[in-house]
Amino acid sequence: MPLNVIACIKQTPATGAIQLDQKGEIVTSAMTYGISPLDEYALEEALRIKERVPGSWTAALTMGPAKAQEILRESIARGCDAVYHLSDDAFEGSDTYATSYILSQGIRKIIAEKGKVDLVICAKQASDGETGQVGPAIAAWLDWPNVSFVKKIEETTDKIIRVVRMMEDGQDVVEMALPALISVVKEIAEPRLPSLKGKMAAKKAVIPTWKAADISADAAKIGPGGSPTVILKKELPPKRSGGMKIDGATAQEKARKLVEKMKELKLL
Amino acid sequence: MLQTLDLEFTEEQKEIVNLSRQLAEKKIKPIRMKCDEEEHFPWEIVEELRKADLFGVYLPAEYGGLGGGNTELCLVTEEVAKVCGGIALCVAGTGLGTIPILLMGSEEQKKRWLPDLAGGKKLGAFAITEAEAGSDATALKTTAKKDGDHYILNGSKSFISNGEVAEIYIVFANANPAKGPRGITAFVVDKGTPGFTFGKKEQKMGIRANPTYELFFDNCRVPAANVLGGEGYGLFVAQATFDFSRPGVGAQAIGIAEGALDEAIHYIRVRKQFGQPIISFQAIQHMIADCATRIEAARSLLYNVNKGMDVVLKEAVSRSLASGKTVYQELRGLKPERLTKYSAMVKLFCSDVAMQVTTDCVQMCGGIGYMRDFPVEKYMRDAKVTQIYEGTSQMQRNEIAMMIIKEYATAAKAQAVAV
Amino acid sequence: MSEIDLTQYKGVWCFGEVRHGKLVTQTYELLTIGSRIAKELNEKLSVVLVGHNLQGWTQELLEAGAEKIYLLDHPELENFTDEAYTKALAELAAKEKPNKILIPATTVGRSMAGRLATILHTGAIADVTDLTLGPGTNGAGGRALNAIRPTYGGNLFVTVRCEKCRPEIITVRPMSFPKAARTPGKIGEIVNVPINPSSWNLKTKVVSYAPEQSSELDIGSADKIVSGGRGLGKPDNFNLVRSLAKALGAAVGSSRPPVDSGWIPYRHQVGLTGRTVKPKLYVACGISGQIQHLAGMGQADTIIAINRDPECQLMKMATFSVEADLNEFIPLLVEEIGKQKN
Repeated sequence: MPLNVIACIKQTPATGAIQLDQKGEIVTSAMTYGISPLDEYALEEALRIKERVPGSWTAALTMGPAKAQEILRESIARGCDAVYHLSDDAFEGSDTYATSYILSQGIRKIIAEKGKVDLVICAKQASDGETGQVGPAIAAWLDWPNVSFVKKIEETTDKIIRVVRMMEDGQDVVEMALPALISVVKEIAEPRLPSLKGKMAAKKAVIPTWKAADISADAAKIGPGGSPTVILKKELPPKRSGGMKIDGATAQEKARKLVEKMKELKLL
Repeated sequence: MLQTLDLEFTEEQKEIVNLSRQLAEKKIKPIRMKCDEEEHFPWEIVEELRKADLFGVYLPAEYGGLGGGNTELCLVTEEVAKVCGGIALCVAGTGLGTIPILLMGSEEQKKRWLPDLAGGKKLGAFAITEAEAGSDATALKTTAKKDGDHYILNGSKSFISNGEVAEIYIVFANANPAKGPRGITAFVVDKGTPGFTFGKKEQKMGIRANPTYELFFDNCRVPAANVLGGEGYGLFVAQATFDFSRPGVGAQAIGIAEGALDEAIHYIRVRKQFGQPIISFQAIQHMIADCATRIEAARSLLYNVNKGMDVVLKEAVSRSLASGKTVYQELRGLKPERLTKYSAMVKLFCSDVAMQVTTDCVQMCGGIGYMRDFPVEKYMRDAKVTQIYEGTSQMQRNEIAMMIIKEYATAAKAQAVAV
Repeated sequence: MSEIDLTQYKGVWCFGEVRHGKLVTQTYELLTIGSRIAKELNEKLSVVLVGHNLQGWTQELLEAGAEKIYLLDHPELENFTDEAYTKALAELAAKEKPNKILIPATTVGRSMAGRLATILHTGAIADVTDLTLGPGTNGAGGRALNAIRPTYGGNLFVTVRCEKCRPEIITVRPMSFPKAARTPGKIGEIVNVPINPSSWNLKTKVVSYAPEQSSELDIGSADKIVSGGRGLGKPDNFNLVRSLAKALGAAVGSSRPPVDSGWIPYRHQVGLTGRTVKPKLYVACGISGQIQHLAGMGQADTIIAINRDPECQLMKMATFSVEADLNEFIPLLVEEIGKQKN
């Protein structure tokens, strides 16, 4: 049975040192943006389902400013059948609660248009906020089952999905009735590169953009007003004070000195 | 990576560069050492290149390509060769097996073979060299005896790149030994044709990720419909092909040189001797300057020649599509003086640069440069073949000189007539 | 969000999970910070234990500081599923109205928090490394926590507050607080919470569980980790890392390249696309310190870097850096550690 699959992705800055301005806000001008690295795995698995289950349909969904369309074009270049952009000034400043609500409303609209969505795939977490809360929270809004830390999809039918979940003490095989949501880890699939023909198609693609009203979003649940949490302060991490170089004429001597240091710090 | 002059490529060409670079860095770099060490041909990379549409960048859209020219093929080859010169050969070698069909093929032949080659579904190979016929291709001994609507091939080919992994082979055989070189004919032979088998896999100094094989033809029946350019036109097929394919070797060579220099500079920036990074020594700095200058000169030559060639090639392709004549026929109409000289210059110069640069890179890195754990020595081994295959550097010089002598002879004759 | 009376929410809850007969030890770390907060608020510190056959753990938890223990004990809860656990917790929280819910940022905790918060229409703050009690919110009463959490791969620390909603749901990064000390014989209240999972219309089931085969420690809860990187050169050299880990009683970690090359399973990968750790000691062998790796281990207390390249990032940021050849140095280091032990 063909499945309709949505990958939820986010545009994030490349990981690296952060600069703050005088107001304590992140200086974004020097940052380069792309698909959040872990989202690439979510997108890849969504595309692979399309290849495994003939007739399936794969879309990418993102919430973000106009610039976020870049990652949707990249998704088309990699082979997505459709992409959706949720973008509205009113969405800005949403925390995970509000963001997951907005995305779930977007998914509801896609369901209304496509007839059904069977599976939503998110990453373990985004590379900027790193909360990992948005995926499971989307499932809560939709009242769908969800599993996180998924490293493999074992089977999908028209009724269920069975996945392998990575745990600290081993792995669980978990089965859910569809529709469902999974959050995936890197091990699930190696992301593909786009194709040249895909890139050409992506350049020309017209991307649907939905505002709050288009997805019937409740104004009380979006943006800062709809967010239970607030960021009080942003700070750069304390600099690790200059390390100590363990020198010695021989490797033996260096080993001895290092062990002494470890002893001093009670690390042995 | 070493910055090189912006040669004003189109947006599309830049996309090709970006994608090839991404693919090479992400997919090829992690496995290149293993492929070299184990002489392993990475089919998974062929699949990646295929999915990325990088095999057919230089072929007309009508045959499943992206409508580019030699520039596009060279951009892919260069980017892949920056990471692995051996793996780059699956693209460049397929180009060598494809160009004869593009230039000499009838409409029917092009429709039959080009889409699979453009889509990377099949790899191509070019088989002219024999044990006794290297630089002197006219001495080839493989025969093709006409038998009804077939030819029967007998003989063997040596040192064939993409050997065994390719599905489509351009094979040169003499259909009329009495006529000498004028009997030489080019055939398209599909892998699996009865009587066509593979001999030993060669063990090579470099480009070890690409299989080099001996080919055997034992009463191998090939349909006459597979003859390219007509019986006896084999040497034209070969020469016309080389005119367009040799820049590909140049691109491979430049890629190898750039990759080696990049690896070397990363190392010598941190390698300390006498209490300072060795890049701070003038002896090293001058070597870097020479390497980078040579690369820049070679790249400019390569892409300038490509630019000129592509204008002619694209025009010939579009005329051929309208007229039904072969691309080669249209080319001759367009540009009677052949492109041999420039194409040979590109190959000669770029391959010499690759050898000089990679040798210097090993030298700059010292002991570690000589070790197999470090990729620089591999670049040097991979570079060597670019001075040898598709005509040695000595043969390129011969051809360049010959073309110049002819130019002057023609000019002198014309003057004499005018007087 | 509608305004609610924050002061009607009382008590600090620590989530405890019993998984395959073992209590997840991070619960004891939560009790340390939980009791600090509860004392300051003068509210009760409770543990909510979820699973099946939980009785055996109650005394330990009381001794570790819990004043009250809620047992959500049912065969259906034997194995963790997001649906069942969040339903069970949400039902109890809706009834009891706790002020704060602290959850360890383990696989289970991080998986559950966002879903639980949405069901309760409150805020969740993920993977915090420090927690202090802040002031109340704009006259609404009820002091909110200032939760500090690393973001952007450890390159930005943000202080987050849940201003308008209760309970505050917070997942705490393992190893951020010491384990609570035990007071033998301490007693407290134990509540068996009646639950009826069959009414929940669950759509998730755990089919099977395969325990981790290797006897190696898990990097997620280890206080020492020895990791290997590309600089090891070849897969066999991971034995060097293992020998050092064994000598130190440490878990074995890895940067990304060895995992991508198949030298060691993914569960060992530390970093942006792997796991985040916060051990007391992190020894990096032949790891250059790509920003993606630092994202996973930058919060370690002490970092030792061993590398041939003195200029690489990890050597520069390490507490102690040793420029050495791994093949030569690690066996010598193991030998020296052995001498100290005897």
